[in-house]
Amino acid sequence: MSEFVPKPARPAPITEIGAIGWARKNLFSSIPNTVITLLTAYVLWSVLVPFLGWAFVNADWVGSSRADCTSGGACWVFISVRFNLFMYGFYPEDSYWRPNLAFILLIGFLIWLSIPRIPFKKLGAILALTVYPVLAYVLLYGGFGLEVIPTHRWGGLMLTLVLALIGIVVAIPIGVVLALGRRSEMPVIRMVCVIFIEFWRGVPLITILFMASVMLPLFFVGGTDADKLMRALIGIVMFQSAYMAEVVRGGLQALSKGQFEGADALGLSYWQKMFLVVLPQAMKIMIPGIVNTLISLFKDTSLIVIIGLLDILGMVRQALADPAWLGYPAEGYLFVAFMFWIFCFSMSRYSIYLENKLNTGHKR
Amino acid sequence: MKKIATLVGATVAIMATAGAHANTLETVKNRGAVQCGVSDGLPGFSATDSSGRWQGIDADVCRAVAAAVFGDAEKVNFVSLTATERFTALQSGEIDILSRNTTWTLTRDASLGLNFTGVNYYDGQGFLVSKDLGVDTAKELDGASVCIQSGTTTELNLADYFRVNGMSYEPVLYDTSDQTVGGFEAGRCDVLTSDQSQLYALRIQLSDPDSAVVLPEVISKEPLGPVVRQGDDAWFNVVKWSLYAMINAEEMGITTANAEEMKSSNDPGIQRFLGVSGNMGELLGVSNDWAFNISKQVGNYGEVFERTVGTGSPLNISRGLNALWSDGGLQYAPPVR
Repeated sequence: MSEFVPKPARPAPITEIGAIGWARKNLFSSIPNTVITLLTAYVLWSVLVPFLGWAFVNADWVGSSRADCTSGGACWVFISVRFNLFMYGFYPEDSYWRPNLAFILLIGFLIWLSIPRIPFKKLGAILALTVYPVLAYVLLYGGFGLEVIPTHRWGGLMLTLVLALIGIVVAIPIGVVLALGRRSEMPVIRMVCVIFIEFWRGVPLITILFMASVMLPLFFVGGTDADKLMRALIGIVMFQSAYMAEVVRGGLQALSKGQFEGADALGLSYWQKMFLVVLPQAMKIMIPGIVNTLISLFKDTSLIVIIGLLDILGMVRQALADPAWLGYPAEGYLFVAFMFWIFCFSMSRYSIYLENKLNTGHKR
Repeated sequence: MKKIATLVGATVAIMATAGAHANTLETVKNRGAVQCGVSDGLPGFSATDSSGRWQGIDADVCRAVAAAVFGDAEKVNFVSLTATERFTALQSGEIDILSRNTTWTLTRDASLGLNFTGVNYYDGQGFLVSKDLGVDTAKELDGASVCIQSGTTTELNLADYFRVNGMSYEPVLYDTSDQTVGGFEAGRCDVLTSDQSQLYALRIQLSDPDSAVVLPEVISKEPLGPVVRQGDDAWFNVVKWSLYAMINAEEMGITTANAEEMKSSNDPGIQRFLGVSGNMGELLGVSNDWAFNISKQVGNYGEVFERTVGTGSPLNISRGLNALWSDGGLQYAPPVR
């Protein structure tokens, strides 16, 4: 009597596993799905292939003048020749190390603050909010022995980042204060906050920038000449803090009333209640809203083109007018789009990471 | 919109009178550089090259002023301005000269508290046609389809021109100049109309620039020139005569290359001009070799024209109206004496 040996299980039919199985299940499960799949494939094929051919296969990458663009595809030489201008604007070339250093320090602080394993978070946050702004200002603008580089020479990606960062960092605290003020029970404070928020939210950013650059200087005639960048920055901060206030208010209202009452019952003061109970919970809910506002602020910075400040988009438009390089708008705008995408996409991914990390089951 | 524009204009004018008596020449000398308002990018007029240096016929006007005041054409801070904020920037003192392809009109001259110092480029609206069309003059364009950039005075000028000449046309509107040239290239229209200086810039962007020609007709007057604040005559004179010096230099045959040897010329006119004799510069409040510095460092008008928009540049614009008066053009400068 031989021992019972079960036969090995037969492999699943080839139509159910592997690439074929996956394709059958997801792409060709029914006649309509098959039709849609084929159509999509056709559209992708007819758009992507010429695009990739233009952007990579037939493209010119190296050279120094228009004459080097001979193969009929994209002329990336246009970008490489002016890369420094797109990054730093008219910043003097021998001082490029200054914005570079400021940027590296910024990345350092961001890594310190955003990766959980690195210790001394509190120290990092304090340094990032007190020492770093002063350091960055001295590096970029000058002083303390460094040559002063006036802001009209700033430009390119550097200017975009300066505007977006200052806008973000200053708008969040002002926004929180405004949102708390709007929910305050003190009528004067509530009125002031409501009027502020509704005023700045009621006018387009483009109008604010115009007012800051065209009307404001008229009131300074013959005397103080407020810096153009400073004027634009104040406008952007005001505008963004109004939006931020509404995002924060949304987060505050999403908290159940019990949280507020519980804190009151414990005998906490107003500020203790806000900072120990309400805001930590509300902030978690607000992350998608805040990041949404930040991304839109980052992209809105390019509106300063209309007041003659040349951010990365402005520098590219400027470059398109160079008689020696006329006719490469597609390359220029694609490059700008790609740069914006890198920054916006990383912000968006970090926000998702943060949401998951802080998720304590409050999501419904 | 119009009301707002008037209001802004009025405010500007009031503010201008308030700050009019400032001594710009003194301010500029103390600052050590001329603040020059230029465009945010117009081929041949003011645009940066790949090393970030401002090039163009408008930018060179500012360099000429810097050469006159400081003896150094590089002492200029360029400020990029959009069309809407250009006049305010001048009024508020943010810039000393506006050299930004600005058309000289009565309204601007009389109501904004500004003074136009002269004309450094006579522009006008023209037509670009494909060579295949076989058209030599704009009078033969009856029934043509015309590509226009919408929302500009170009549109109105075009309507006027065709009505006056009893011809019909079919407008094809685009938003940006890139789209306009794309439409022309794709054959959506027979004719493209814009300011002539623009037409040459657009023509380069065609895949075969030689397939199109700019017709000789000019249907509007667009004299472009530098602008200063009204009420500061000393500064007005410096800017005005810096431009005249470039034109006079061309007339006298003084160029960047020969400025040095021309100093030993026997011609009393050239001697006066280059500051070898007389005190022409002192009268303006600058050094006596002001015109020599302009000719030496920036060049005469003809040189600047050819280098920035003319045959020495990709734009390849012919002198036309911008030739010297002695060559049948309009460029004429009062004598330095």
